[in-house]
Amino acid sequence: MAQLPESLLRRSAEARAKAEGRSVEDVLAEIKGEAPPTAPPPAVAETPAPAAGGGGRDLDAEAATFGVPRPLLERSMFARSKADGTPVPAMAGVAAPAAAATAVTAAPAPAPAAFSGPPPGVRTQRLLTVVKAGAIQGTGREPEDKVNVWPHLLAIEFVALLAMLAFLTLLSAFVDAPLLEFANFNQQPNPSKAPWYFLGLQELLAYFDPQVAGIIIPGFGVAALAFIPYIDRNPSVRPSDRKFAISLFTVFFVGASVLTIFGSFFRGPGFNFVFPWVDGIFFDDLLTILE
Amino acid sequence: MADGNGRGGIKEAVAGMGSHLRESQVWNSIFRPGSPMRSDNSDSPRNRSYVVMNNVLYHLHPVKVKRHGVRISYTLCLGGLSFFLFILLTITGIFLMFYYRPTSPQAYFDLQALGSDVAFGQLVRNMHRWGAHIMVLTVFLHMSRVFYHGAYKPPREFNWVVGIILLLFTLLLSFTGYLLPWDQLALWAVTVGSNMAGYTPVFGEQVTFALVGGIQITADTLLRWYVLHVLFLPFIMVIFMAVHFWRVRKDGGLSGPL
Ligand code: HEM
Repeated sequence: MAQLPESLLRRSAEARAKAEGRSVEDVLAEIKGEAPPTAPPPAVAETPAPAAGGGGRDLDAEAATFGVPRPLLERSMFARSKADGTPVPAMAGVAAPAAAATAVTAAPAPAPAAFSGPPPGVRTQRLLTVVKAGAIQGTGREPEDKVNVWPHLLAIEFVALLAMLAFLTLLSAFVDAPLLEFANFNQQPNPSKAPWYFLGLQELLAYFDPQVAGIIIPGFGVAALAFIPYIDRNPSVRPSDRKFAISLFTVFFVGASVLTIFGSFFRGPGFNFVFPWVDGIFFDDLLTILE
Repeated sequence: MADGNGRGGIKEAVAGMGSHLRESQVWNSIFRPGSPMRSDNSDSPRNRSYVVMNNVLYHLHPVKVKRHGVRISYTLCLGGLSFFLFILLTITGIFLMFYYRPTSPQAYFDLQALGSDVAFGQLVRNMHRWGAHIMVLTVFLHMSRVFYHGAYKPPREFNWVVGIILLLFTLLLSFTGYLLPWDQLALWAVTVGSNMAGYTPVFGEQVTFALVGGIQITADTLLRWYVLHVLFLPFIMVIFMAVHFWRVRKDGGLSGPL
């Protein structure tokens, strides 16, 4: 059993304490006391090394405990001792137990002769089912603190949805979308501004060559954004480990916002600099709000 | 039971009809086992799982999520709200399509008529326009929150790239829609915007030609952008959103906690 994180134990203790009307510490102590030992139960394949004194194994008992046929246990034991070059441990429950045990343990080399092939009725491929404990238990999954999507997540999503719908409906009830005069190819308004999300770029046009401001900067900008995960090789997500990445993104975020606000509110006729509080606002998207 | 003035009788009859309906085969064929809408539903961990598992929603949400993931302060609901706005824009957009012809000058007059002749026309148009602006904002903010959480790190690298594609398509959808009112604001904002694309080195002219369907914006541009706006771009967007949501789950649900 994997080690449960303290926070999970605590949460479960709190819930149980509440249900049973006891103190949290009490329950916590009880849970910890009851928790099974962290070491996994000895599994078949992990035959303990024979004790110095040639401590025997009671194969019948082991077969009963682990539900593995006794012949398999024997085979595994012999195979292990052959591979390790250690003497086969004494076994309880073999015919002529005492004599055989002494003879085998006393022998300096493994005694394969003592093993006379698989007993009748045992198919050798059954051995494949004997798996090391680690392989079937160690899934490497930590228990996680999870909650049901219903009702916890769905309720939140529903409220967020309603709030957004209410906000949008109210906004739309009071503020009309702009509709100016019919499109006229012969009369360009001054200033002419792009939609607000491109005004940062239009602002750049005031400083740089059009190819730089209109193509190179946004092109490389988008490419850089898309490649962030492959450029930033730092595996940590802790803000304290990512000071450089966070600063860089914040510069981008603030820069884009400032340029957009600048292009929207501080640019007037001829895209010249204006103070919105002195010269008025030249931002058609907001026309109807401003009126 | 009737209680003299007959009121209780009506009340009970209505209540009886309600429970009759909720026990009917029709009702139970609509709401699958575990749904809170069913009369036999009770609150249990098993039924809470069924609410999601026995639901079309199971394509979007797992039965359980990490506890920190449902804290509003983690996602600020920004991805979910972007998706909701996309759906809202689809619904209001379909409504607008009933009353809009992408030709000059009808397009402009149709928009005027929306404000004067069509029931709720102006309201729906407003929702469509403001909703589009808000969606650009929520998508951008969603990207920022993902960055600040480092949620683009393995195994989520590719979902970030899918996200960038979604951001570009959100901007394109918004930009193509901007021309459709066919007023001075639409014409000249789009002129300024697409002039920028014309600065592309070497291929500038070709890019403009493909974009506006000629050497400058004309009524042909209107039709071209209309088709992009109502059909092509949303189609691509839906595909990438499906991949995006699928990857959120395949990459192990939300990132974090920090
Ligand atoms: C139409 C646009 C988009 C929609 C509808 C959308 C939707 C969502 C939703 C619903 C989630 C689940 C978590 C959350 O709500 O934060 C999510 C997660 C995510 N999104 Fe988006 N998204 C969009 C655009 C973007 C963009 C522009 C990016 C980044 C460039 C992005 C990158 C990601 C990543 C990496 C995740 C996983 C976050 C995590 O595991 O914490 N998405 N998205």
